[in-house]
Amino acid sequence: MPELIVTKDIDAPGLDTLDGYREHGGYQALEKVLKEYQPDDLVELMKKSGLRGRGGAGFPTGLKWSFLAKNDKPRYLCCNADESEPGTFKDRMLMEKNPHQLIEGVIITSYACRVTTAFIYVRGELAMAGRQVARAIDEAYAAGYTGKNILGSDYSLDVIMHRGAGAYICGEESALMESLEGRRGYPRLKPPFPAAVGVYGGPTVINNCETLSTIPAIIRNGADWYATFGTEKSKGTRVFCLSGHVKKPGNYELPLGTSLRTLIYDEQYGGGILDDKQIKAIIPGGSSTPMLGPDKLDTPLDFEAIAAAGSMAGSGGVVIMHEDTCIVDAVLRMSEFYRDESCGKCTPCREGTYWLTEILHRLEHGHGSQKDIDLLLDICDNISGKSFCPLGDAATSPIVSSIKLFRDEYEAHVREERCPFKREGLK
Amino acid sequence: MISEQAKQRMRDLAARYPVARSAVMPSLYIAQQEEGYITHDGLRAVAEAIGLTVDDVESVATFYTMYYQQQPGKKVIKVCTSISCYLRNCDALVTRLEERLGIKRGETTADGNFTLMTAECLASCGTAPVLQVNDEFVENVTLEMSDALIDEWERELRGQEPGRGQASPLPYTASPTGS
Repeated sequence: MPELIVTKDIDAPGLDTLDGYREHGGYQALEKVLKEYQPDDLVELMKKSGLRGRGGAGFPTGLKWSFLAKNDKPRYLCCNADESEPGTFKDRMLMEKNPHQLIEGVIITSYACRVTTAFIYVRGELAMAGRQVARAIDEAYAAGYTGKNILGSDYSLDVIMHRGAGAYICGEESALMESLEGRRGYPRLKPPFPAAVGVYGGPTVINNCETLSTIPAIIRNGADWYATFGTEKSKGTRVFCLSGHVKKPGNYELPLGTSLRTLIYDEQYGGGILDDKQIKAIIPGGSSTPMLGPDKLDTPLDFEAIAAAGSMAGSGGVVIMHEDTCIVDAVLRMSEFYRDESCGKCTPCREGTYWLTEILHRLEHGHGSQKDIDLLLDICDNISGKSFCPLGDAATSPIVSSIKLFRDEYEAHVREERCPFKREGLK
Repeated sequence: MISEQAKQRMRDLAARYPVARSAVMPSLYIAQQEEGYITHDGLRAVAEAIGLTVDDVESVATFYTMYYQQQPGKKVIKVCTSISCYLRNCDALVTRLEERLGIKRGETTADGNFTLMTAECLASCGTAPVLQVNDEFVENVTLEMSDALIDEWERELRGQEPGRGQASPLPYTASPTGS
């Protein structure tokens, strides 16, 4: 089993308490940072470590920090813990089981970026994660790890947890800021980017929960140590969320560059496909990333290799579908998600996701025509890149990729005027 | 009725954030806690505590699905129906719950005990299918488990009526794991 970083000791009893976290080296990184580092040194250290965002885009973390506008406005940090990408369930685990690791990462990042108020935006549905984070913040205040003059230094920070209330769109960074400011979660037009004009108009850094949770270990062990994991351009480890038709679904932390085959078939991880069936399709990074066929099983799971294979590393949510899966029905299910979660601000996404779902529905139920398949692609073309935020683009990913890989299956639905697959009951 | 104590908590929240308006969402949660859903009184209390119009607060409350626009049942059951749960037969689970409760998804039983809803991906894909009851997770749900859960909840709710015994704890408590 390779070395674990962000999920190290995750099942240790009491790790979620302040004392338990300290027994496992907790808050040593913060003490080291306040004694030994100037904020700008930390930005350089993070660039050297090669850490890239674990939320979806994979943007280099140190570089993101260095982009903050230099003006006299207050700066803010937002931790994006609004985990809702279908197929992704790592941030929930990190918050429930090791909330102090996240808080320590938030405080260190705030210091590095000269932030005085940090927000942790926790998805509303994750009630227990929210309680854990709120309690950890209270404990960190009481122990002097946050608040005024942290550990006797001249650095002060306010940390506030903000609960979402049921809106996938708030995982998009500009919608998250709108929500934090007390508004409907409508995305903002970019530029200006949050680093220039963010929360309350101040320069704002927005990092994912797993990204921030990784930072204390990088400080404790050094940037060079972290950079020994992973590939040349995709450093470190990440938590892969494996789900769908595998024998052992779950969260597995592995070095970037580990192959899909290892994650899915190795006995220590996925353990193979349910009932030893054949793989039909793989979603490598959450439902917003294009699906891949079984010919891509030897693709290394890193940002570059997955892109070269025709998809995206995304949020690390790897969803497996075996041979009995009806692709049209599965894609319909994903389309319903985007239809329901489109915020309605931009016409191409609001109307397009509705019509995509309607057409998929009639295809699945045997009322579709050959022209409908091309109509789906035409609507996707009219959504992609034509809205404020990437939600619309995401909605087109499963459709375009599945028609490319499984057009014959769509056509079979038309030809047979029914779905050729049967579904079994819940076992 | 929104209690004075709740209104004070809303005012405290407005002072806690760098800008008062940011307290709208947590204050709406307080209003909902008081009355079970977002009422006109709740909207007015939030508006007064933060210094906004009632319409403005309502525009926020109606955007987010976790602010209920009508009184939900005592047990709000949310079944995840997104892709990973779909691949693990969540649809059969929804059908079973509909049959047992005698309602369709989105409805509340006539006695006001249960509301059945479907939810978008609940970040529990590794333990699919999954449901939440009053926001707490029940993972790896089988049809047998769902039957036992409903039996247990019905006993618990009967136990809350005057003259009956105390409710027994749930047989399947939410696991804190995401894996």
